[in-house]
Amino acid sequence: MTIADRQNEIVEEFEMFEDWIGRYEYLIELGKTLPLIDEKYKTEDNLIKGCQSQVWLHADTQNNKVIFTADSDAILTKGLIALMIRVLSDESPDKIASADMGFVDKIGLKEHLSPTRANGLLSMIKQMKYYAIALQSR
Amino acid sequence: MITTSQLGLDIQKIRARFPILNQKVNGQDLVYLDNAASNQKPIEVIQAIDTYYKTINSNVHRGVHHLSQVATDAYELSREKVRKHLNAAHTHEVIFTRGTTESINLVASGLGKGLVKEGDEIVITAMEHHSNIVPWQMLCEQTGAKLRVIPMNSKGELELEEAKQILNEKTKLLSFCHVSNALGTINPAKELIQMAHAVGAWVMVDGAQATPHLTVDVQALDADFYAFSSHKIYGPTGIGILYGKEELLNLLPPYQGGGEMIKSVSFEKTTYAELPHKFEAGTPSIAEGVALGSAIDFMNELGMDNIAAHENALLGYAHQELKKFANIRFVGEAKNKASVVSFLLGDHHPFDVGMILDKLGIAVRTGHHCTQPIMAQFEIPGTVRASFSVYNTFDEVDKLIAGLKKVEQMLG
Ligand SMILES: Cc1ncc(COP(=O)(O)O)c(C=O)c1O
Repeated sequence: MTIADRQNEIVEEFEMFEDWIGRYEYLIELGKTLPLIDEKYKTEDNLIKGCQSQVWLHADTQNNKVIFTADSDAILTKGLIALMIRVLSDESPDKIASADMGFVDKIGLKEHLSPTRANGLLSMIKQMKYYAIALQSR
Repeated sequence: MITTSQLGLDIQKIRARFPILNQKVNGQDLVYLDNAASNQKPIEVIQAIDTYYKTINSNVHRGVHHLSQVATDAYELSREKVRKHLNAAHTHEVIFTRGTTESINLVASGLGKGLVKEGDEIVITAMEHHSNIVPWQMLCEQTGAKLRVIPMNSKGELELEEAKQILNEKTKLLSFCHVSNALGTINPAKELIQMAHAVGAWVMVDGAQATPHLTVDVQALDADFYAFSSHKIYGPTGIGILYGKEELLNLLPPYQGGGEMIKSVSFEKTTYAELPHKFEAGTPSIAEGVALGSAIDFMNELGMDNIAAHENALLGYAHQELKKFANIRFVGEAKNKASVVSFLLGDHHPFDVGMILDKLGIAVRTGHHCTQPIMAQFEIPGTVRASFSVYNTFDEVDKLIAGLKKVEQMLG
């Protein structure tokens, strides 16, 4: 599955929900499936700035693919980052770096894309792309 | 549903004067409980801005022409309204600034121009907003003065005994918040000011959270400087006040240079204007200044005591209902509190709570409230904060409680 396929899959999943309650409850469930970052990587360096909740993100490579792990102290944020990881993890750095993440708008979570929302979904996406670019140039 | 406070303020009638409150957010009636960040504006304030631009807009203090004079009169009338509201001795002790932050920076920057030296001490408290911490840190860095902090107990009350130890003859200035934005604590301002004066220190009071709720009398307090923001007292953004005692304002060098603040300018020497203009370089926020006068009229029409009584009733009711949650943790349990309630619900992150409440149309503040040292003392990432203004209702408190039940149900 490509990044776009996984995004479409998620869009379909979210279409089942009639209102925000369903979407948020699903996000909370997804938060519980987040591939957790190793405690030793929960460092200041791996903390994403611009989040009202703390988000730690770590990237590794396996067979030229980027594997993300993360954690957050807020559950909705965990759900959001789980979604991002599901879309971007296990892909090549160049695909991650060039991925269009506009699908977030289509799943009724647009409010999280606003740069003024201190939850920093945009910062998360930016950070994931930075990691990919950094790994790409190695 | 209770709509009229015990003192006879008709809250529904008051609400009707706030156009913004009559709207849906995410399909729900807006419940605005983020008043400590900025409260809403009555129609009179909105119209004052509109009328200003439609009828008298022009630059102040400069023109001989009609509009300039009328605009100047309107702007200066607001200054007089502020003077009266604070019971300052003189109108020229009221300086227009951009807000509390700029008022504090104005004083800190002035003190940095030769009035504070190495070895002096500046004292603040453990419950200050960043805007009453950072300017003093900058002053200390610049001058070599030392910053000292009066601690607070676990209820969010200042340790007055320790304050007595910390204030000493080296203390140049004590700056503290009259009311804490994160905890709601009303500090014993008069007592603190007396303690500081006893050691010969000046006192600056951050009144950003006090002016929306309390009657402030700067002469009775004997405050040397008192700062507040218009946007927290039903007025526009972009304007605020620094009150200062005449002799201290005369002592303090100008903040910024430019037009308006001068008496005469030549390339050899410039002499500065008299108070208050010495501190008001450049064209000010005139419309906002005029509308601030309308905001003060609004509060005085209702009566500060009536506003406080209604808000206190809301606060009491909110406390009573919040206490019914088994896992509620109040942050800030001072005996003497203004209408701010900060709390945590179980282990739920304030961000999660705030996002779900937002979906229910309920606006609260979440996070550290620009008071990171407070959060560090309580070892929490932040809080959920509900804060009330005169237009809030008991029904809205009920909606907050219902919202929190929904939060619990969703977050488990
Ligand atoms: C206690 C306190 N001090 C200072 C400020 C800063 O006010 P402003 O941003 O209007 O300058 C605030 C505003 O949040 C406050 O609550």
